[in-house]
Amino acid sequence: MDLIGNLALGLSAAMTPYNILFCFVGTLLGTLVGVLPGIGPTATIAMLLPITLSLSPETSLIMLAGIYYGAQYGGSTTAILINLPGESSSAVTALDGYQMARQGRAGPALAAAALSSFFAGTIATVVVAALAPPLTSIALKFGSSEYFGLMVLGLAASIVLARGSVLKTIAMVSMGLVCGLVGTDINTGAMRFTLGRPELADGLNFVAVAVGLFGIAEILRNLETTIERTAVVSRVAGLWPSRADLKAMIGPAFRGTLLGSALGVLPGGGAILASFASYALEKKISKTPERFGNGAIEGVAGPEAANNAGAQTSFIPMLTLGVPANPVMALMIGAMIIQGIVPGPQVATTQPVLFWGLIASMWIGNLLLVILNLPLIGLWVKLLTVPYTVLFPAILAFASIGVYSVNSNTFDLYVMAGFGVFGYALSKLDFEPAPMLLGFVLGPLLEEHLRRAMTISHGDISVFVTRPISAGLLAVALIVLTIGFLPNIARRRKEVFVEED
Amino acid sequence: MDIKNIAASGTLLAVGIGFGISSIFAMDVGSALRMGPGYFPLILSIVITVIGVAIGIKALTETETFRPQIAPLRALAAIIVAPILFGLTVRGLGFVPAVALTTLSAASAAGGQRPLVVLAITLGITVFCLGVFYYGLGLPVRLIGPWLGV
Repeated sequence: MDLIGNLALGLSAAMTPYNILFCFVGTLLGTLVGVLPGIGPTATIAMLLPITLSLSPETSLIMLAGIYYGAQYGGSTTAILINLPGESSSAVTALDGYQMARQGRAGPALAAAALSSFFAGTIATVVVAALAPPLTSIALKFGSSEYFGLMVLGLAASIVLARGSVLKTIAMVSMGLVCGLVGTDINTGAMRFTLGRPELADGLNFVAVAVGLFGIAEILRNLETTIERTAVVSRVAGLWPSRADLKAMIGPAFRGTLLGSALGVLPGGGAILASFASYALEKKISKTPERFGNGAIEGVAGPEAANNAGAQTSFIPMLTLGVPANPVMALMIGAMIIQGIVPGPQVATTQPVLFWGLIASMWIGNLLLVILNLPLIGLWVKLLTVPYTVLFPAILAFASIGVYSVNSNTFDLYVMAGFGVFGYALSKLDFEPAPMLLGFVLGPLLEEHLRRAMTISHGDISVFVTRPISAGLLAVALIVLTIGFLPNIARRRKEVFVEED
Repeated sequence: MDIKNIAASGTLLAVGIGFGISSIFAMDVGSALRMGPGYFPLILSIVITVIGVAIGIKALTETETFRPQIAPLRALAAIIVAPILFGLTVRGLGFVPAVALTTLSAASAAGGQRPLVVLAITLGITVFCLGVFYYGLGLPVRLIGPWLGV
């Protein structure tokens, strides 16, 4: 087993002062934006993505991963301190974390979140490192029909796990797929949906679409209400958890890590599911379930470990197969493509330094988070009082500069503005933008493999069901979709996601 | 009638039919064996259109009053105009004026702000962006563009 060797290679790549610096900048920026209430990891990464593109591929991916963990963690800080979860997976943390803060135990709550996240991150890094090579070697045997099956399964799972109506989510995925096809058809060179604009020959700019759909639409949603945030921030005194606290944290953190590592790989919303599942589990096995909701430290440690582990293992499908499990991974894949790397199983062999460096940087990112968050907590508390009226113009300026700097193309800015309005309108009509982004990234790949498989089989559509792996994948996709349509499950989904809002 | 879903259905129909017509008439659809550039988009357009019809039909029989909470028009306009302004001016006026205009537009989105505050925010963010993107990340742009005679 050369797990150690691979991790050592990764660490040596990730541990260069330059990469540590950008990992640090990433976690810092991620926490900074993530702490802003209402802005979750996807929006944060979409807004900061352009900044990373001027760096080398591995540094840029390491920084993006740092932003991801930072944003995840920033959401927990607001959840605990002002009862405003920055993203859906920290909604659970708010339940007990905020109660602890109200009882004057904000310090131990924050420490519980940070320490159990770090614990989960350490284990999940090893899980990713151990699982990636075998999965990669399986994936290398995949032909076009298997790839097609796999992507269909990924999309089906993301449809079922998305909130809202299944039908609307399918429509969103299809809309994303078709938007991904804008540009030059690689097989024939024909122009598709370019409206005669030469700027669209290379397709819609991914960064512009993502920033519009998530960043701009998010700002518009926040401007609906008068934006005076009267943050009554709880005072943070005495950061360190007592020995009893630590003892109470260990079990939940461990179980949360296991749950998160397993569920994180699921396409769609693995990390979110994991944090809910962990909370439910801890409440169920607790001898004193009535403490939950009233400031139980187990209710912070478990879900925080689960969502951090899940966030990390959600890299597995992206790294081994080149298929994104959630919108954040779609953004990572977009960043890779812009950097000239074709995502897929071959990345591990052709770019071992990048591959293992990214995995190792996950651990470093988690370590930096602990260092950043515990001593600097006073700073984040201050930041919560910065008025939104200053923050959102800054975000908009960054986004504009960033989107422009990707290709030095002014047309991309109009695309960004357009998708901003479109994304906002979609959210008013109860459409989820996340599946659209997934579709957007997968569109060209899905079409390419469909066409190639059909050409190889001489137009015989049965190729998808006669090859066992692709048949299996498509069957699972069908089962998953059918389950999504069952009224019973549909109701359950509604309940889960209502609780989350 | 469920107005929200009528609107949702209308959006899907517009997108589905629009892309569908373009797939059929502007491209070669081909056959399943030799898929042309229009084949896959046409399938997707059909899916989107069918879902649009389904949602529309269901919405006709249900009732729901739809009063969406929408950002004030001023905010909407100011936010959307901001990146467009950047696109229009970054080459001609240069980086500094373009960032300033973009920020100014964005900062005016929040109603009830004193003009002096808006200006201060604009100035601060412009200086910050200049430091981070030009001096820090070395973005290759002209600080002041040809329109200003430099």
